[in-house]
Amino acid sequence: MDWINAIVQGTLLGGLYALFAAGLSLIFGVMRLVNIAHGDLIVLAAYLGLSVSTVLGIHPLVALALVVPIMAALGYGLQRGILNRTLGDDLLPPLLVTFGLSVILQNGLLEIYSADPQKLQAGAIETASLQLGSLALGYLPLLMFACSVAIIAGLQWMFYRTALGRAFRATSDRQDVAQLMGLNRAHVFGLAMALALAVTAVAGVFLGIRTSFDPSIGGGRLIFGFEAVIIGGLGNIWGTLAGGVVLGISQSIGAEINPGWQVLAGHVVFLAIIALRPRGLFPRMD
Amino acid sequence: MSEPILAISALDAYYADFQALYDLSMHVMPGEVVAIIGANGAGKTTLMRSVSGLIRNAPEAIRYRGEAIGALRADQVAARGIALVPEGRLLFPSLSVEENLLIGGQMHRPGPWSLERIYALFPVLQERRLVPSTALSGGQQQMVAIGRALMANPDLLLLDEISLGLAPVIIKTIYDALPGIVEEGMAAVIVEQDIAKALSVSSRVYCLQEGRTALEGRSDVVTREAIAAAYFGM
Repeated sequence: MDWINAIVQGTLLGGLYALFAAGLSLIFGVMRLVNIAHGDLIVLAAYLGLSVSTVLGIHPLVALALVVPIMAALGYGLQRGILNRTLGDDLLPPLLVTFGLSVILQNGLLEIYSADPQKLQAGAIETASLQLGSLALGYLPLLMFACSVAIIAGLQWMFYRTALGRAFRATSDRQDVAQLMGLNRAHVFGLAMALALAVTAVAGVFLGIRTSFDPSIGGGRLIFGFEAVIIGGLGNIWGTLAGGVVLGISQSIGAEINPGWQVLAGHVVFLAIIALRPRGLFPRMD
Repeated sequence: MSEPILAISALDAYYADFQALYDLSMHVMPGEVVAIIGANGAGKTTLMRSVSGLIRNAPEAIRYRGEAIGALRADQVAARGIALVPEGRLLFPSLSVEENLLIGGQMHRPGPWSLERIYALFPVLQERRLVPSTALSGGQQQMVAIGRALMANPDLLLLDEISLGLAPVIIKTIYDALPGIVEEGMAAVIVEQDIAKALSVSSRVYCLQEGRTALEGRSDVVTREAIAAAYFGM
């Protein structure tokens, strides 16, 4: 029973990892940008959730109504103001700049919020659970998982069924020809980053409700996001969800064996998957 | 005489580090079909890329409806009603045939062209509208590239080497469609290696040689000798 419990809890955790990964995957897919600051942006969103919910005295999930648009606007500004200037044939400048951004974000958060661990208080829902036989499923993890699946489904629909998604795919294929179609690449990239950080906002607030956070944990979230993307297969949005779930289950099974092995087990499974299937479990067909 | 829709004057343009066009001047009248011929490396494609904004130049060197557009970005040029069918077609490989056409029309410029009309012009595209653009034959891909440009409802259509690498029967199909495309007053500039084809569809012709205009004339009166002289610089 403990094992089934570990698998179920790991699956629910995997939804959160998929959210970490979705933003990374989206911006890599559209503009070939590897965003080293992604984990710190997740933590930034958690702190924004903290400030909004304490200042306005509202529930952190309600605070999302403000945090999501703030992060989206920040993403658009960041892309147009800074990151677009780093994009070109060379992969190194965006890596260096986002690495620098990561350092700035961590230290900025440290300066403003101190190194004390914080947590978002979600009230009674945090402890409420659904009893299924001997399994106890927390309402909050269930809700977060449902939101993650809905967001992934929404991204999939947006990418393949809407004019915006078409613009993203066309710009990703051939930037100069997309420009000929009247798409301004700088604006399209700004929109992609805005969307990625809107998803990141949800991920950050969920993270902050689930566990305590401090300014230094961004790097770890970045790794989990990367691992979920690679396990699932680059360019496959549903694969990203699968990757997150595989990572979550691996971690919770590892923790079941020995509490110290949680993170290690995730890394080991990740390494095993790239050794056996270097393109991930569900690479995009092409 | 009315104002030209496109007026190029004293254009110096660069392809990478090389100067490809020298002090080039030409014009296109509204509704006119102009052919551009010339040997490989004469600067024809650089000219197309300059007009469409993929290569940016001095603002005043290229005027469109009187406005200096030489330094605008390609998307700004496209929004003003200039569409390019690029050499090599350059479709979007992750988009289906229909999505390629829709992205061409994403500016929603008003005009006669729509998906239905493109499918009426090239019926084979309707049958294959849901397949990836990479699954089409070269000729069908060229039809998509032309359809994609038309979906923008341009006032000036630039066609760069649309017969390159295609079988003669396909080239004929595509050229047979051209009169129907320009009959409603769209101006067009056609870059073509096949001189006879170029002369048959155009009213005027420019021959480029090493980045300069070597010949300009009415397509129905230029002589083979004059073209040969301009082509080879004899």
